[in-house]
Amino acid sequence: MGEMQFLTWVRGTGLNLAISIFLLGVLVRLLEIYSLGRKKDLAEPRSVAGASGMNTVFRRSIPADGMLKNSPITYIGGYVFHIGLAIIVFLFAPHIKFFQDLLGFSWPGLPSQAVDFAAVLTIVAMLLILFDRISKPVKRYLSTFQDWFTWALTFLPVLTGWMAVQHLLLPYTTMLALHILTVELLLVFLPFTKLFHAFTVFGSRWYNGTVNGHKGVAV
Amino acid sequence: MSASLEKGVRVLKEVIDAPIASYFSSCVHCGLCAEACLFYTETGDPKYTPIHKLEPMRRLYEQEYTVLGRLKKLIGLSKAVTDAELAEWQELVYNSCTLCGRCSVVCPVGNDIVYMVRKFREGMSASGNAPVGIKGAANRTITIGSPMGVKLPAVKAQMKHVEEDYGLPIPMDAEGAEFLVMLSSMEIMNFPEYLGAIAKIMNQAGKTWTLCSTAFEATNAGMQIGNSDLARVIVSRIVEAAEKLKVKTVISPECGHAYTALRWEGANLMGRSFGFKVRHIIEVLGEFQEQGLLKTEGFETDRLTFHDPCQLARRGGVIKQQRNLLNMVSKNFVEMPDAGFMNWCCGGGGGASAIEEGEELRMEAFKKKKSQFDAVKPDRVVTACANCRIVMEEGLEHYNMNLPVVGLTEMIADHIPNPVVAKPEGN
Repeated sequence: MGEMQFLTWVRGTGLNLAISIFLLGVLVRLLEIYSLGRKKDLAEPRSVAGASGMNTVFRRSIPADGMLKNSPITYIGGYVFHIGLAIIVFLFAPHIKFFQDLLGFSWPGLPSQAVDFAAVLTIVAMLLILFDRISKPVKRYLSTFQDWFTWALTFLPVLTGWMAVQHLLLPYTTMLALHILTVELLLVFLPFTKLFHAFTVFGSRWYNGTVNGHKGVAV
Repeated sequence: MSASLEKGVRVLKEVIDAPIASYFSSCVHCGLCAEACLFYTETGDPKYTPIHKLEPMRRLYEQEYTVLGRLKKLIGLSKAVTDAELAEWQELVYNSCTLCGRCSVVCPVGNDIVYMVRKFREGMSASGNAPVGIKGAANRTITIGSPMGVKLPAVKAQMKHVEEDYGLPIPMDAEGAEFLVMLSSMEIMNFPEYLGAIAKIMNQAGKTWTLCSTAFEATNAGMQIGNSDLARVIVSRIVEAAEKLKVKTVISPECGHAYTALRWEGANLMGRSFGFKVRHIIEVLGEFQEQGLLKTEGFETDRLTFHDPCQLARRGGVIKQQRNLLNMVSKNFVEMPDAGFMNWCCGGGGGASAIEEGEELRMEAFKKKKSQFDAVKPDRVVTACANCRIVMEEGLEHYNMNLPVVGLTEMIADHIPNPVVAKPEGN
């Protein structure tokens, strides 16, 4: 397969396949998780302002007292690469064009220099948290194949995208095709790995906030 | 698969619900929960990372409730949960977890880890993997009536002593009283001053109250081992007593998990809501204080600090009352670092204090509490849980620290003037 054919495949069949698996996977996973339901809490509730599922969905984005100082790399690295990913995915003009073709509507983006800067920061933050996972005993102890694999799944699209824009290493067409391929791999595996927290994080925070909110505890 | 393992797996499959599925699906192995757990911070051993304590349940969840996990199981790609594994996990699920819930409030994806440990204990208990110490306490509560083997005559003997010492009657089985006062064995055997304190406080507030001969013990080891059937039997005695005596409010003693068992788990164990209220004694005292029914004299002048029982503060939402009460009778109250919502456990909650083989680890974990004390150097520690009190006394002795631990209710009662008229109204 020549590089043009490769690009054509990842833009056509490959993309359709990846998006289908992604959507179906997300649907199945959400159903298999949330259809389990939970029992009604019969204890007399105590109502306190700020103690609810919704509150926790937002509040949990802020570190608990004393934790930031305790684990700065996890928090700062985490913030930088999550926000960085959001900027890259949703505010890079070529990506917005892609979404426009797919969804039929668009939104304003950021200048490419700003996105480029975000990409570099994201790459640095991701390398830092990888190093942290290798060097911290707790993280190393908890880590399984999935942790390294999902790190790579997330890192590769950023790296290849950035390299394509910078015209590094490989011809642009090949790098772009590789970039799209790695994004497709990410989409395919996201619903079935810990990356699915991108969806369940809201449900988890909500349940925690609701269960404890019933007791009047703002968690 | 052994019969007991089969039973454990069946119970686990029953307790896994949408929150648990969501939590397991959200964990990114960031390890922050370890930093919130005193068993990890004081030992540095990563096996005490809270989310790791749930690994067998996580695998079972994946194998039973996810499409991909079921496929993997079908083609023999997954590792089944075994008897040996659960036995190995006993130390992680019981000895090194006090259900303090600190992990649940730091997890960035919002996982309520302590909620999962509580449920995992159901499976551990059903598969015969609960520690002997707590099992014994639960069985004694079922057969004798209390985890320490205290029977009604012992309660009556204490009542008599207290009546003589305080000159106030201790009512028993008084129908229509406003409050049904529950005790913990620890208070009956080691801290009888609690009962005297209640008598003084109720007398001053002009409230009617009673003990009950068929339900005086509030602690619930059934909940601690994670056996809802036993927990239900123990709770139902109190519910029946409250309904029989037609009280308005049942008062949980100075005991953290007794409060959780009655206040938050009770109705769910019984499968119906209660017609009476359940309040911790500190909440009741807080209400009395607000209503002006608590009139104290004089102040403690030595340096006091307050140890928040996890089940009362972080798990129960009672944080302000104890501080308002302390400030009412103390001129020199200082807060430890992390006090209140983020307080560190004494190391013996959730049944851990009943596990003999866990003692060494408990003393190790107590270094956290010790460091909090060292930071403010109090003359005395005040708390509102008899179990915290005993565990801290043990820890302080282990580290040769001369630091008395006292109960808040007694301290308040000490500042209530002795009644001039011995006979209170009612009862």
